[in-house]
Amino acid sequence: MSESREVVPTQRAWMSVVQKIGTPIISTVLAIAVGSFIIWISGYDPAEAFAALFKGAFGGPRQTGETILRSTPLILAGLAVGYGFRAGLFNIGAEGQLMMGGLLVAWLGVQMAGLSSVVTIPTLLVAAALAGAAWAFIPAILKARIGAHEVITTMMFSHIARYIVAWLTAGPIKAPGQIPQTVNLTESAQIPRIQSLFSEGALEALPFLNLGRAHLGILIAIAAAVGVWLVLRYTTLGYENRAVGLSPWAAETAGISVQWTTVKALCISGALAGLAGGIEVMGLQHRIFDQFSAGVGFTGIAVALLAKNHPIGIIAAALLFGALSAGSGTMQLEAGVSQKIILIIQALVIFFVAAEGIVNWFIRKRQKEAASSAE
Amino acid sequence: MPVLELREVTKVFPGVVANDRVSLTLEEREIVALLGENGAGKSTLMNVVYGLLSADHGEILVDGQPVKIRSSRHAIDLGIGMVHQHFMLVEPLTVTENIILGREPGRMGVIDMNAARKKVAEISERYGLRIDPDARISELEVGLQQRVEILKALYQGARVLILDEPTAVLTPQEVRELFAVVRSLVDEGLSVVFITHKLEEVMAVADRIVVMRDGAVVGEVRPSETDEIGLARLMVGRDVVLRIDKQPVKCGETVLDIRDLSVKSDRNLSAVNGVSFTVCGGEIVAIAGVSGNGQTELVEALVGLRRPESGSITLKGNDITRASARSSIEIGVSHIPEDRHRRGLVLTFNLAENLVLGDHRLKPYATRGIMHPREITSMAKKRIADYDIRTPSEKLIASSLSGGNQQKVVVAREIGRNPELLVAAQPTRGLDVGAIEFVHRQIIAERTSGKAVLLISLELEEVLSLADRILVMYEGRIVKEFSAEQADAETLGYFMTGGGGTKLDKGGADLTMTGSGVGA
Repeated sequence: MSESREVVPTQRAWMSVVQKIGTPIISTVLAIAVGSFIIWISGYDPAEAFAALFKGAFGGPRQTGETILRSTPLILAGLAVGYGFRAGLFNIGAEGQLMMGGLLVAWLGVQMAGLSSVVTIPTLLVAAALAGAAWAFIPAILKARIGAHEVITTMMFSHIARYIVAWLTAGPIKAPGQIPQTVNLTESAQIPRIQSLFSEGALEALPFLNLGRAHLGILIAIAAAVGVWLVLRYTTLGYENRAVGLSPWAAETAGISVQWTTVKALCISGALAGLAGGIEVMGLQHRIFDQFSAGVGFTGIAVALLAKNHPIGIIAAALLFGALSAGSGTMQLEAGVSQKIILIIQALVIFFVAAEGIVNWFIRKRQKEAASSAE
Repeated sequence: MPVLELREVTKVFPGVVANDRVSLTLEEREIVALLGENGAGKSTLMNVVYGLLSADHGEILVDGQPVKIRSSRHAIDLGIGMVHQHFMLVEPLTVTENIILGREPGRMGVIDMNAARKKVAEISERYGLRIDPDARISELEVGLQQRVEILKALYQGARVLILDEPTAVLTPQEVRELFAVVRSLVDEGLSVVFITHKLEEVMAVADRIVVMRDGAVVGEVRPSETDEIGLARLMVGRDVVLRIDKQPVKCGETVLDIRDLSVKSDRNLSAVNGVSFTVCGGEIVAIAGVSGNGQTELVEALVGLRRPESGSITLKGNDITRASARSSIEIGVSHIPEDRHRRGLVLTFNLAENLVLGDHRLKPYATRGIMHPREITSMAKKRIADYDIRTPSEKLIASSLSGGNQQKVVVAREIGRNPELLVAAQPTRGLDVGAIEFVHRQIIAERTSGKAVLLISLELEEVLSLADRILVMYEGRIVKEFSAEQADAETLGYFMTGGGGTKLDKGGADLTMTGSGVGA
């Protein structure tokens, strides 16, 4: 009904921001509430469990560092999925592109041993992005040319990537020894830890800089988020990406090639995922092995959903998921609650974001109560 | 005693009073037309009656009894049926299956299809609404789909039938059939509320006309007591020019030259078949025709959305036969698409983003891929002012505007680009008189400034009022050409429906029966 859809001019800018972040925040709160209930019926104390969780995630510089460490690839994987979503594409296979990024970096990094890190690190970052983009390119072309659905194709390519990594690390590029993995990268190919930038004295004077395993990849991830935000907002590339995502017919009518935009969007998505894999290898693992990603690409989908595909929101959502993951070990150790409860909470967050109607019902109820108490 | 009575019904949405103390009566066997511009509150009022919205104040009486209608189910139980503007049918199911949906006869979850078919046949016999009960909805013409909706309401026991903008999707032929159906329903004892914003329709069908403006009833008249001018004044609240005067045509150089153009449809059938014509600067050429006779494919070929099979399209000497949509825009073809919600606007983009759509790569809005929000905003502000788009800000999303204002955004963008050729496909479909007048003025202004205009319209009134030359399109061919002075609605209608020699038997015979000869 188009009748009476008049404009309400009193709506202020901050109201729309509140509305945008309202659902994710309420979803998170609801998920924690339901998670608490599950902990309680399992016979544990939710307050104790979450206190331990918080301690494990932010209890000290080393713990905070662990949260940052785990958030880093999640930001990039979240951006990968989110950028695709903004073009109406569901890149469910970010995991595969991530693995290919990691694989190329692990191999090329070893080949480049002996070169200066000023050359090596940028080259490897570009290589990681290209590998991810290349792995997304075939599904992209299939989508644009014959309409093959990207959910199926990227998913299948993800499996292929996994077995390629498993095969290569078990044979052709296997390091000497029993374990199927590659040779470690030399230091010039590694992304340094944050604390390695400071002298012993500085770290003693400023103990909060002892960020443990956290590495400078976080800066690259944040820069990528800001970059994606700028692209979406201020470039024709981002504008066309959004137009195609929101209305391919209107975009086509305005002379935007839907096919070409689809290809670009999936490749950029793949590049971001590839970067996540490359940075994970360069900053943390320093080598590649069969299970090195552990589902980061899939958690990236959850991150993008929670952030509603907003690049800056993705940083916050990735930090939340990173913190949950970093703190879960301490929670199990100190409160006796299984780490698996974190997976349940992550799933609940996504459930509530997806079931936005339920959350909106909560918001409306609150508004009604507020309105009736104001009368 | 009225079958339906509304007393002082008020419905408030945040920031707007959609219905302001509206009172209305409907007697048995009466056709009341609810007339008003888009946004006047007609549909809101009827959604209140049908239980889809609840009134904030006021009373509804059915057969003299005050009722509180809680849901559409409740409304149906009270004998109120509604046919929405957008049909609520399940396309892959058959006519019978759709009609019984929600009230299937049978027991223990097993549908008694024989009983259902019998009941449907009985109702369709009684009201003279003939239809094949086993046809699938997706195979039916729009007019027949509407008939299914009406049958469904009757099956559910409606005594009061609300028709929301029922003619918006129909051909002139189907409109006439609908009017006949409505009259026979009334003869059988039903009462009908007919929502519309089209003046000639209320004059033709209504017993009584209730005019709404800004959520309130502003007048109530009988057709015999008024004329279209008077109704328009009541509806809009000021004098409205139904036909705009224009200077005689001053034909400049040939802008558009189409030769032997053939285009295929999505289903790979021949849709445009060897069409040739020209449009010169300062001239409006209209293509008249019943929907589905190749107009859509012709327009799509012209603006670069569809590859022609053969023939040529030339714009000011440049061959644009195989130009992309992008180069077509850049070379000077503007396009007001027939489906503004799908093709004209990105509904969830804000107005500034919508106003720059298509020009977003060009200076001054972007250089080397970087967009300049300040330039875009100032252009948007100017267009909003120039084209009288009613909005508090260019940052509002397009879907929050009324239909008329949305179309103004499309018109502002396409004309504001200053094109060589304007292709306007059904530019006033679904708009109210005020907005129609505005769009017509803009199109004539383009002509006055020496631009070429190609108008594609199903509305004969529009074609006759704007065009300098009229081409009648039937089954993918131009079957007749008229100058503006030669044409009248009767003759146009004759050629539009296949008269004048081209497959006369088929077209003529089919149309009078069911309208199945032409696609919608």
